[in-house]
Amino acid sequence: MTALLEHDVPGGAHWSLLLRAGRVLRLTALDDGAVCSTLLFAAGDPVDRLNVPDTLKAQMSARIRPPMVLMSDRGAALASVTGSSLDWHDCLTGHSLDGHVAEFGPTSYGTDRNDWRRSARSGLLSELRKHGRGPADLHACVNFFAKVAIGADGDLAHVPDHARAGDWVSLRAEQDLLVVLSTAPHPMSTAWAPGAVRAEVEAGAPYGPDDPSVTFRPESARALANAQAVLA
Amino acid sequence: MTATLTLPTVESALRAEDAVLDVTVAAGDGFLGRVPAGGSFRIVDLHGNQAADTLFYDADDVTNRYSAMDTIREQRAAYLTAGSRLLSQDGDPLVTITADTCGRHDTLGGACAQESNVVRYGMHTRHQHACRETFLRYGAPAGIGARELGHNVNFFMNVPLTPDGGLSFADGLSAPGRYVEVRAERDVLVLISNCPQLNNPCNGWDPTPIRLLGWTA
Repeated sequence: MTALLEHDVPGGAHWSLLLRAGRVLRLTALDDGAVCSTLLFAAGDPVDRLNVPDTLKAQMSARIRPPMVLMSDRGAALASVTGSSLDWHDCLTGHSLDGHVAEFGPTSYGTDRNDWRRSARSGLLSELRKHGRGPADLHACVNFFAKVAIGADGDLAHVPDHARAGDWVSLRAEQDLLVVLSTAPHPMSTAWAPGAVRAEVEAGAPYGPDDPSVTFRPESARALANAQAVLA
Repeated sequence: MTATLTLPTVESALRAEDAVLDVTVAAGDGFLGRVPAGGSFRIVDLHGNQAADTLFYDADDVTNRYSAMDTIREQRAAYLTAGSRLLSQDGDPLVTITADTCGRHDTLGGACAQESNVVRYGMHTRHQHACRETFLRYGAPAGIGARELGHNVNFFMNVPLTPDGGLSFADGLSAPGRYVEVRAERDVLVLISNCPQLNNPCNGWDPTPIRLLGWTA
């Protein structure tokens, strides 16, 4: 399918886009170990946003994978994960803070120009502020392409290079969205090796009652129905 | 299966008769309070298996709120227990769990809301009382609105994760009289919804009161 928009986000950078309902955002890792820490907002609502705990408990999962539905505070679908080459995208461990990046040594624009190392937090806040938003709008992100393994006792261990170049995930917008993302390394990563991510927007197609996200679980179907009812 | 779990428990040396705060929160009710730096705050599960949905805030900046994801990442463990440092989204320690006779608490299951009840149980639950209602009602005087509601702690709730990436709500690990106690690492606000959920086992299908105790440093 021809992309309506194609944009490569370099590693360690940040970006945002407004995604129209029904369109599909396809993210592709261009480098091994790329990560895309992603926040989602309902574009037509001043406060509604991704709620990771609600998304997980409604679908009995501790990871993001197709055909899960990403749900908002209002119980409405924001996006459906329509496909992915990976069956595990981390959503438990947040995004990197300035303190994580400082562990890799001093950096500044003055010395490193556009290769200076910035945290995901720094980038996400920059994008949020461009949209008139700020720290109060932060929420648990999805770290597309990252995996944090869960041990039998609940211990958490980052899996380096979970994604290889070419791995992808596609998200169908279930209402108009603001998508805010950072390609800074995962906060548990022990190296600064940011990977680039390609973003492509495709037209998408209407879905029917046999759509995998509709049939996945009754909870997924109800969240999708709630999205249809956002604007009565 | 959960009955075979042996979890570490830590008792507190603080005595109820020395407490400066001693209140009971009725089933489905809420609480907003301030704990000064160094002070201790205890939540007692009076009747067992009662989820106490709890949020912490930097008392001087409600934007700097408890962050479940930053907390579990930095401790490299998904559950909260004695010794857990509960971090804000700026990475600042807000409180540390200093005593815990339950053994393990959830912070990934979120709070119930009228809207998410519809997702989980159907439209007939749309107007049932829910934690998000309580958070917004009790949070309002402190300037805590919908944007300031982060992902909460569920004290006394059992949400086991599995190595294959599963997550479920299971029967509670708590019992009558078990408690959890935190020490404030700075001046914090504590916002609690004593969970009114009737549709899953998080409250043993019967929401009950909790007791709150507080001590100054």
